[in-house]
Amino acid sequence: MTITQIFLIIFLLFALSRVFLQYKAGNLSLLNFLFWSFLFATAVYLTAIPSAASSLATFLGIGRGVDAVIYISIAVLFYLVFRLYIYLENVRQEITELIRKLALDNQRKNGRKKSKN
Amino acid sequence: MKLLIAIPAYNEEKMIGEVIKDIPARIAHVSQRDILVINDGSTDATADIARSHRARVVEHLLNRGLGASLKTALEFALNNKYDALITIDADGQHETKSIPALVKKMIKEKADVVVGSRWLTRGHAPLIRIIINKLANLLTFFFYGIHTSDSQSGYRLFGPKALKLLKLQSEGMEVSSEIFREIARNRLEYAEIPIKVIYTRYSQSKGQKISNAPLIIWHLFMRLFK
Repeated sequence: MTITQIFLIIFLLFALSRVFLQYKAGNLSLLNFLFWSFLFATAVYLTAIPSAASSLATFLGIGRGVDAVIYISIAVLFYLVFRLYIYLENVRQEITELIRKLALDNQRKNGRKKSKN
Repeated sequence: MKLLIAIPAYNEEKMIGEVIKDIPARIAHVSQRDILVINDGSTDATADIARSHRARVVEHLLNRGLGASLKTALEFALNNKYDALITIDADGQHETKSIPALVKKMIKEKADVVVGSRWLTRGHAPLIRIIINKLANLLTFFFYGIHTSDSQSGYRLFGPKALKLLKLQSEGMEVSSEIFREIARNRLEYAEIPIKVIYTRYSQSKGQKISNAPLIIWHLFMRLFK
């Protein structure tokens, strides 16, 4: 095993431990916990046994195992960025809804005050 | 008829007073007309000036964009039982004397949405504006299948049916195109009237910029996936 593999595995195990801790703290749903655990566990497995990626590459019709890992990683990353974008859009809309409700409520209250005076 | 005239405004202290002052006090077929300024997180004296001109003011604590302001205006109109809502820009580019013509058109043609189009009369507009408008009209047709001569006009009237049915999601400038999606989705009657636009250096600095186009297209595209 090369030094790069060792460092990569240590880092991935660290990431895996964070996933577990976040799940334990209630910040991750079970589905998200399973997804991230699977992702990092697969990465650990493929880093430790690169030949496993080669059989995956052969199955997918791609030349080398490393290429297969890179292609799949890029596809997963694109999907995650998309999910993040949608999530941010939803948060932005929720903030706007909150600001709108406050604005309309304040206007109503100020209107009532004025009519009393 | 109870009419609300809404002006979305972000840092418009230079023009907001003039715009409010120019709005006609009496409009045919209108028994009550109120002016509402949606102060969209301005950091200048926009809200104070609007109040000093006896306009009602709704204040967004943070700047949320044109689409968010229009949605606030729609909710205000619905909550306060207005029959129609007219929106105009706060930068002074719209001639407020066209307001009675919008109301007249709505009644005469039983229209649900009437847009004041800048391109139905011959006039001199900056080339960049013509390009932006043509591009936006094309996109509006591509996304929502409606032919319009001015998809980006901020001069609009929404009748009672439109007030109830319009569901806006966009927060930014792309709302102008989204309104057409809603017109198509709800099968609303659409009409246009010609309006004149006052292009000043100030209003041009405040309007749509060609640099906004990629972001608007991106937002419209991503909305298809939501």
